[in-house]
Amino acid sequence: MPLRRLILAGLAVLPLGGCDLVLLNPAGDVAAQQSNLLIFATLLMLVVIVPVMVLTVLFAYRYRASNRDADYAPDWDHSARIELVVWAVPLLIIIVLGAVTYVGTHHLDPYRPLGRVDADTELSEDVEPLEVQVVSLDWKWLFIYPQYDVAMVNELALPVDRPVKFSLTSEKVMNTFSVPTMAGMIYTMAGMETTLHGVLNAEGRYEGRSAHYSGEGFSQMRFDVIATDDDGFDEWVSGIRDTGDRLGRDAYLALAEPSVDHDVVPYDGVAENLFDLVVNLCVEPDRMCMSEMMAIDALGGLGLAGLIATVPETAATGTAAVFGPEPRYVAALCTPEDAMGGLVEREGQPVRDRFATLSGNDLVNTEIPIFGSPAPLGRADPDSES
Amino acid sequence: MEQTAPLPVSPIFGRLTLDAIPYDPIVQATFGVVVLGALAVVYLIQRYRLWGYLWNEWITTVDHKKIGIMYMILGFVMLLRGFSDAIMMRLQQVMAFGGSDGYLNAHHYDQVFTAHGVIMIFFVAMPIITGLMNYVVPLQIGTRDVAFPFLNNFSFWMTAGGAVIVMASLFLGEFAQTGWLAFPPLSGIDSAPYVGVDYYIWALQVAGVGTTLSGINLVCTILKMRAPGMNMMKMPIFSWTSLCTNILIVASFPVLTAVLVMLSLDRYVGTNFFTTDMGGNAMMYVNLIWIWGHPEVYILILPLFGVFSEVTSTFSGKRLFGYTSMVYATVVITVLAYVVWLHHFFTMGNGASVNAFFGITTMIISIPTGAKIFNWLFTMYRGRIRFELPMMWTIAFMLTFTVGGMTGVLLAVPPADFLLHNSLFLVAHFHNVIIGGVLFGTFAAVNYWWPKAFGFTLDRFWGKVSFWFWVVGFWTAFMPLYILGLMGVTRRMRVFDDPSLQIWFGIAGIGALLIALGIAAMLVQFAVSIWRRKALSDETGDPWDGRTLEWATSSPPPEYNFAFTPVVHATDAWADMKARNYARPTEGFKPIHMPANTSAGVILSGISVVLAMALIWYVWWLAILAFLAIIGYAIYHTFDYDRDCNIPAEEVAQVEQSRTERLSGAV
Repeated sequence: MPLRRLILAGLAVLPLGGCDLVLLNPAGDVAAQQSNLLIFATLLMLVVIVPVMVLTVLFAYRYRASNRDADYAPDWDHSARIELVVWAVPLLIIIVLGAVTYVGTHHLDPYRPLGRVDADTELSEDVEPLEVQVVSLDWKWLFIYPQYDVAMVNELALPVDRPVKFSLTSEKVMNTFSVPTMAGMIYTMAGMETTLHGVLNAEGRYEGRSAHYSGEGFSQMRFDVIATDDDGFDEWVSGIRDTGDRLGRDAYLALAEPSVDHDVVPYDGVAENLFDLVVNLCVEPDRMCMSEMMAIDALGGLGLAGLIATVPETAATGTAAVFGPEPRYVAALCTPEDAMGGLVEREGQPVRDRFATLSGNDLVNTEIPIFGSPAPLGRADPDSES
Repeated sequence: MEQTAPLPVSPIFGRLTLDAIPYDPIVQATFGVVVLGALAVVYLIQRYRLWGYLWNEWITTVDHKKIGIMYMILGFVMLLRGFSDAIMMRLQQVMAFGGSDGYLNAHHYDQVFTAHGVIMIFFVAMPIITGLMNYVVPLQIGTRDVAFPFLNNFSFWMTAGGAVIVMASLFLGEFAQTGWLAFPPLSGIDSAPYVGVDYYIWALQVAGVGTTLSGINLVCTILKMRAPGMNMMKMPIFSWTSLCTNILIVASFPVLTAVLVMLSLDRYVGTNFFTTDMGGNAMMYVNLIWIWGHPEVYILILPLFGVFSEVTSTFSGKRLFGYTSMVYATVVITVLAYVVWLHHFFTMGNGASVNAFFGITTMIISIPTGAKIFNWLFTMYRGRIRFELPMMWTIAFMLTFTVGGMTGVLLAVPPADFLLHNSLFLVAHFHNVIIGGVLFGTFAAVNYWWPKAFGFTLDRFWGKVSFWFWVVGFWTAFMPLYILGLMGVTRRMRVFDDPSLQIWFGIAGIGALLIALGIAAMLVQFAVSIWRRKALSDETGDPWDGRTLEWATSSPPPEYNFAFTPVVHATDAWADMKARNYARPTEGFKPIHMPANTSAGVILSGISVVLAMALIWYVWWLAILAFLAIIGYAIYHTFDYDRDCNIPAEEVAQVEQSRTERLSGAV
């Protein structure tokens, strides 16, 4: 874009030319459009900012007390014409900027799939976007490539000019997945899923990081973004296949332990639906997934019996509130595919035993309405209601 | 955040153990300095036998002027603390390059930036604006005190109590390591099990009581106690902006209180408002805290907009241009302040329509703000501008704030915010408006009203030294942050990899040093002025040829402000009185009924601090005892019927006689 070149040329005159203003010279089409909007808004604002600053200095100089040649009108305090201008000029600017913002916000909505690869290339129908599932952990990034069944910690490789759909969540605290040169940023939050669409148009090695403070290891929570051609990307994937271990549920739970400045670790093979399990807070096999809980609730819920289906936490997974109840979680129910449900062995102790030691309630004799309900109990599709 | 096993809670000391005293040499040195300073103060008070004076004239006072001054002192003392944190951050960010870890570990650094934000907003900016409004508003609207004088004293001591709690965290335990808004789940009991977040919660809750009550107090004062003839559209513009600010306080601080109550319930009794599972939702916290947090921004800036209006008009020797549109602009800003909060988290995954709505409402706010700037500009137009210190600060504000306003609108464009959010660009923006607006305004106000409060003007030379160091320091410290932001550098970072960034942090560090010199010069300015108070004295009570009622009375004003309540006929009441050759009455004085001093405020606040510390450290017996003591003492105080104090007519006549003499001597 000529405007951008002009501005960058202008900046080059200043000592700023030496530094890399990533935000004004990004490598991805989305960020480039965001950046254009930024520059447009700046120039539009300068239409009013510059005159104000000039007039401030001019008036301050001209009407200084020692300048007796200047007019002095102590009781002049109103002019309909000036009032009209001072309200109308900002209003007009905001109308223009507001319209551009409205269009730009919808057009660059991170949830909206990309319609083009770059300014000159429309997206052809047959290109399948690359899917990357992103999990922020204390304090590292996990990138899962479901189409390739590989995963990588703290390194993100993307083929150039191929649109990418990121699905993001967090294991524990909030973070922001930020690749300024690609498409800005979006929050990652536990128990929730966000989406970001982006594309990189130039090969290279860029920086990505968490942009939302998340605790002790936040500063080191960065990753390299490698943009390569398709061959380079295939090579990167096969490199993982040669060296990586499998990322099963247990390996994920081990990875989730807090660590600072974590190494780049490849994983060949990822547990089925791992990302969905993280979003639904049920990577541990004996926990009920939130999606299942919501499906049960949508069918009327378990009633009081639902209280009995909770199990005390075993490991020291966290600190409890001082006057709070003992930390508990909702146990997974059995499903047609998984007859034992959550009642599997964990940490050497069968969960069934822990049920039995509960407060005198005998699970077997308790009538749980859902067992008698006509609705099929299975992994209900959470989308079916909507 | 340290993953430690939960501490045992002893029935007597709660979780307070000797380990709670930090072993950090920086903290211990600070503690030493604070202790020595405190001992020196105590020694001086004892030496000059000032205990009785302090207790009777200041601590138990219900005089809005003295309470205003105490607020300002609190704000300036805490500014030194907050600025020390800023210097520490700057130093860390300059050092921590190329594998160096700097000199602060994560545990310490994360507390420093959290404390910096909390202190600067809640214990610097808030006390300063409350102090200004407390001092000036009753004088400007021609009344003798605020609507609820005891409440005013109580509010001040609660704010001071909150500051005490924050300071205690430095030497006992730790402060929060969460950022100044303490977003869960990071601030939840699971991620932050120790006392840091509890210090945060209780310091803000104790201070929040004070802020809310003082808001109610000033709203009532402005609505009900204006001098006869002063209808709303004849009210000085500073009183207008104060009214709007206090309405914002009353309508938004309860939200903060409620959201912190919910967070503490999560932390203390295991509820699930903001937890990840069991139905909690952390995004609800983010929404709620910004529903308070955005109006808070306007709470801070609006009174200073009022200051700039007063200063520009006075020093241009001219009526304020567009008074009516200024009032409407203020009211529009007040209303819009409630419908923009979401722009603080455009990138949290909201839909495009939601983002577009909040982006556009945010931009709309810049219309009345722009109109205000133009109105100041046209107040200067065809004026006779005297470049006294308050006017210098005002011009610096106009040149600085417009840039901050512009970058604010950039951040309000959601697609641009996807690039700029949480970057140093954002940090530069809000310092640009808070320093360039709130602090520059405060300095204008202090230079402007100091002679009113103390009867002598501030030294100009040191004032100018401070001015230039501050202004140049500000631009040097924060322009590099804009550039770093455009380079994609994130805020709150402790260590950096890219060596090319270091130079910019170096420049910013130099800027911070210049600001430090500015602060030092300002302290020298105060000291020199007090030293030379005879030479700088002002006997007229109106050193600037002022336009509003506070300049109609003596400097410092008598306890009762006005011997006779002034009658107002025009917007600039005092300028109007002067133009009509107003003659000051010198006889016919009547006894004046004033409120009596009370110690209830400081005692209730003291017990509240004890209660807060007991809750922070899980000392349950003490918490119960302190809670009962607060209730008991508050009930006891209601039986105190000795709340009146009558100033006899002779005393009024005597005070006014001495003013007559000083006035004749001054001419």
